[in-house]
Formats: sequence, C-alpha cells, structure tokens
Amino acid sequence: MHSFVYRLNGLLTFSVTILAIMCAITSLSDNLHTPSPSAEIQVMNINWFQKQPQGNDEVSLTMNISADLQTLFTWNTKQLFIFVAAEYETPKNSLNQVSLWDAIIPSKEHAKFWIHTSNKYRFVDQGNNLRGKEFNLTLHWHVMPKTGKMFADKIVLTGYSFPEEYR
Amino acid sequence: MGWIGDAVDSIKSIQIRQLLTQAVSLGMIVTSALIIWKALVCITGSESPVVVVLSGSMEPGFKRGDILFLHMSKDPIRSGEIVVFNVDGREIPIVHRVIKVHEREDSGEVDVLTKGDNNNGDDRLLYAQGQQWLHRHHIMGRAVGFLPYVGWVTIIMTEKPIIKYILIGALGLLVITSKD
Repeated sequence: MHSFVYRLNGLLTFSVTILAIMCAITSLSDNLHTPSPSAEIQVMNINWFQKQPQGNDEVSLTMNISADLQTLFTWNTKQLFIFVAAEYETPKNSLNQVSLWDAIIPSKEHAKFWIHTSNKYRFVDQGNNLRGKEFNLTLHWHVMPKTGKMFADKIVLTGYSFPEEYR
Repeated sequence: MGWIGDAVDSIKSIQIRQLLTQAVSLGMIVTSALIIWKALVCITGSESPVVVVLSGSMEPGFKRGDILFLHMSKDPIRSGEIVVFNVDGREIPIVHRVIKVHEREDSGEVDVLTKGDNNNGDDRLLYAQGQQWLHRHHIMGRAVGFLPYVGWVTIIMTEKPIIKYILIGALGLLVITSKD
C-alpha cells in the first residue's frame, strides 16, 4: 500500500483533481464580473451596390467602427473575438446575418479602438432584396477565457439602410 | 532455470477467486467510465460532448491540443457561435465559427457558412463538392467551454498508437502482479 507506484498514482489523481477544481473556480469567477461596453458604427460610404451575374445582390461599404470594450476583460480572459454583422429580413428569409468584419483583441490595452475599414467579407444576399432595405449593424463579442466557460453578447445598432437603386 | 520454477509456482498460486474479484473490479471501472460518457452524451445533447482541437485554424483562441466542451440545444444557430460540424464524406469533425446565417421564413431551416478564425477564406473549400452552405443536420454541437492542453494525451495516443499499447500493457501488468 505504500509502494512507489501507489504513491505516484495517489499523487497524480490528487493533482489532476485539484487542477480541475481550480479551473472550475476560475471559470465561475467570471460570473461575478459585470461589464459595460460601448460601441458606435457609422456607414461612411456605400462603395458599390450591384446585382451579381448569379442574380444575388452584393454591396461593398466602408464603415467607421469605434468601441470601448475594456470592461469585458477579466483576469481569466485570453482574448476577445469581435465581429460586426449586418442583420436584416427578407420575404423568403426571416433572418439574415452576414458578418462584415472581425478582429481579435488580445489584451485590455487594445480594447478601446477606432477603425476605418471596408467590409472584410463579401456582403451577398440570397436573392435581390436589398434595394431600399433597412438593416441593423450588430457588434458581437465572444470572450474566450484562459480556461472554462465562454460567453458572448452583442450591441445592436439600428437605423441603417441601403440605397434605393443600384450604383 | 530456477526462475521458471518460481514463475510457474506464482501462476499456480493465483487463486481463482482473487482473479475473478480483480476481473470484476476492472469491469466495474470500465463500465462506470462508459456510463459517465453516455450520461454526458444525453445531458449535452451532442454525440460527442468533448472534442480535441486538432488543427491551428482557430488560433490564437484554440490551439492544437485544447479540448472543447460541446452542447447542442434547439436554439437557432446564430452568427458568431463556434460550431462543430461534420462534412459528408469526412470523418473528422471541424470546429469553426459561423459567419453567415440565412434562416428561411417558412420552414425554419437555415443556411450557414463557417470560417476558421485563423484562415483567410471561408470554409466553402472544405464542404462537399458543390455544397455552398451547411445545414442544421451537419452541426453536432456548439462549443461552450474549453480546457487548454488536456487534449494532447488523446493526440499522442492517436498519432503514435504504440504508446497506447505500452500504457495498456503496463496497466494490465500492474493489475495482474499486484499482491492485493
């Protein structure tokens, strides 16, 4: 009962259990934290708005994105994955979410930022429903922890719309 | 020649009852591990509640060797969620983020496009020939939590199966030769 192998086994089991408990408590500590982020997105310009050969609408736009997400960082945060998605409704689809731009924020210092960018990913509709349509721009963030539960939230900004005609 | 005689003696001295007791305890350990696994499958609603990250396509968030906890609920799939999906014809599931969602008004069915955080392009190249979108039935679960580094054990045992055999052999030997 006291041989080397049994002692090693006991030690290993104990240390793995303690590590698991520590990871769980670390993850739980994230629940105590209440963040208060803020963000603003302006559509500076609709660069072009065309119907593709396959029949789907496509638009390219330039946005000004500014946000302060510093309060989302805790000691257990490894990075923040943020993205801006356009959300709109069409007769055929009750919901369309198209991601336009994303970024990884590795630390609290980088979490307060301002960026002027065109859409990183192509904004293509399923069909040609975009003329004159209103859409929301949502800034989503996904908190990726050093260990444990991941959580996500978003800010919805309304009031954007497409031009009435292709250009 | 003396040690052969000793070995034969020790084999003869193994009592049947003791051997059976050991076999039953080993069986209990294996079946309780199986019960825990199946219970996890039921609770999380996903066929494989824990997966190991195999590639670097989600770095720096998930590195190779991390394990992800999955959960599948009836909630609709929304952009930004990290999902695990199987492409028809490929057996290894892929863990990437949803970047586009088109949900049908009438049927509630959904077209989903995914992309790895560390990849430049979306996953259309990974989908089956001619497939542009993923559907709900391709998706096995959403990643809800993760533990770093723990998955390396699985990766080592899969890529160098000899280590698996050595471990099982050593454990088996330990069980048989232990005196109690």
